[in-house]
Amino acid sequence: MLASQLESLLATDRPGVDAALQLVTDLDAGLLTGYGRPNPDRDAALAALTSAVAATPLADKVAAATLAIAEGIVTDEQLAVVAAARSALLGAVHDALLSDVDEATDRARVDVAAGEAVEPDKKVAALRGAARAWLTELAITGVAGLDEAFLGDVNPIVEGLGGHPAGRRLAVLLDGLSAELRSCTPIALMAEPPMRRWADLWSRAQLLSRPGHVDEVPDDRISGRLLVLGTELFEHSTLFGVVVHGVVETGKEGVPRLVRATVTAPKVDVITGPAMWNLITDRPNLMTALAEDRCLELTDMPITPTGELVWSDEDAKPGEVVDPLATARLHLVQAVATRTHPLDRHPVAIAEPVFVEQYKVIKGEEPKFNLGGATLDIDVSRLSPAAPLTVKNVAASTACIGVLRWDAGSWTLSPLAVQAPVKRVPTLIHNGQWAAGPTDPKVAKAVERNDSVRVLRERAGRLLRK
Amino acid sequence: MGKVPYVELVDGKVQGVVSSGSDIARVYVSWVSFTDGEHLFGCSTNNNRPCGGAAGNHLCKHLDSLLAEAVTMYGYDRVARYLKIESPNPDTHLRFSLTAPCIAGSRSASSIFSRFLRYLTYLEQPVATAPVPELHWFPTVGVK
Ligand SMILES: [Zn+2]
Repeated sequence: MLASQLESLLATDRPGVDAALQLVTDLDAGLLTGYGRPNPDRDAALAALTSAVAATPLADKVAAATLAIAEGIVTDEQLAVVAAARSALLGAVHDALLSDVDEATDRARVDVAAGEAVEPDKKVAALRGAARAWLTELAITGVAGLDEAFLGDVNPIVEGLGGHPAGRRLAVLLDGLSAELRSCTPIALMAEPPMRRWADLWSRAQLLSRPGHVDEVPDDRISGRLLVLGTELFEHSTLFGVVVHGVVETGKEGVPRLVRATVTAPKVDVITGPAMWNLITDRPNLMTALAEDRCLELTDMPITPTGELVWSDEDAKPGEVVDPLATARLHLVQAVATRTHPLDRHPVAIAEPVFVEQYKVIKGEEPKFNLGGATLDIDVSRLSPAAPLTVKNVAASTACIGVLRWDAGSWTLSPLAVQAPVKRVPTLIHNGQWAAGPTDPKVAKAVERNDSVRVLRERAGRLLRK
Repeated sequence: MGKVPYVELVDGKVQGVVSSGSDIARVYVSWVSFTDGEHLFGCSTNNNRPCGGAAGNHLCKHLDSLLAEAVTMYGYDRVARYLKIESPNPDTHLRFSLTAPCIAGSRSASSIFSRFLRYLTYLEQPVATAPVPELHWFPTVGVK
């Protein structure tokens, strides 16, 4: 990203965005106090939501649901309509922001046709019903009134969903939400409960547990060289997630295509830091490529319409060493991106890979990059203890691949890889570097000494199968 | 971690599982609660044999390890609050702040042990490669 591009992005003003987000904030206050009792403020927010979607196909349903809720009729049907309208509103914000990014960076984005729908089996359908009942009760009680016992009720649902591929996303979401709420009880005493976040998670869970929900499935296959740009790491107490951003040289038109690959591993909360990589030992080709900075030769790798590789390790062969910074310099500008799946359109889901260099670092606890006079905030809170990349490296860096995110009303860069001096030698440091184990001997020793994955697997072997 | 593979704050209790130092096949199920103005505790093997070290008002080394791990995992303040400790002193081991009458309670360890087994099943689930857009909401924890 050039200085002029950043300047133009930061200068773009979207007055509608603030108004839409204010409406969402007002609406989310209703989830804090609960839908179980009359609340004129909540009803006013619902009325505002009704007018906001008046010109959309949702209009009639939202008007009816709003009316019913005001009359004290709250079922999962009405709540799902509210969740859908809220998502539509945030989806519009997402679209506006992403088009700003595309305009500023000249990024082309191809439209996608909807993927094929696959109906979940009966067991998943029943578990979704149970999830809806729990979510409805949560909304009626209100987040402020939740107790440990209620939050524990979701455990068997999560357990059931986790065992089915079609239930995995919902399980990940419910487990993350309930664990977080549990760690915050009594929520009524919290000074500033993160209601936007919790309402986001609640709304998504509502939509993912609808009877008709279908996950995006791969409908195409892709071949060519995958050049890795960088890795984002995610976690909550029972999940470790790795998202690899890269470009595929498709060969045909010669235009590189931006893709992502996701690997998620269930974990327990004592497994933290670099030890989390030990959970993923059965995708050696991908892990080797990340650890050794190799490209991957893909042969008929399944890909969804939204550019998500559904990683099949045997369809990817590690190739030669390729510097991600060179990939970013050469391919990122012309790479073609894909649109977000309609249900996933949300400002939080914006994570556009960009490359910056020739900046001056404005040092501090949260460093910023001064790129030709325009200031880019760096989100260091997303740096993972499972990776060697630190705030210090970022502050000393001379080039950076990151994802552009939009957080709390402004653009931030979340670093994936930097070039920074190590003992005065410019060195590549990135989030995927420890994919095959820590390269720092001190860290490797600590992981080995305290190998939580091995200990627990050993315990599981002895105790579960006795 | 090798010593305490599992610790939770649940139902008003700090509870978990502590590996035996001598027998690799044995684990101790340990817990501390605050009930009616008293701190109760218990420690027994997974086969419900009481731990010799935890009796009267004496905490065994398993309970020591459990509390220390709880503090590492959840932070001193949260554990102290959870156990309704009146004047906690973060500079010392949490056990020294258990100022309410502290007595060995009688309580079966089986429910705690079954929660631990449920916990272990997470590690039995396979790694998946389907996209999970919800990850956006769960950035990594901890800043270096
Ligand atoms: Zn003991």
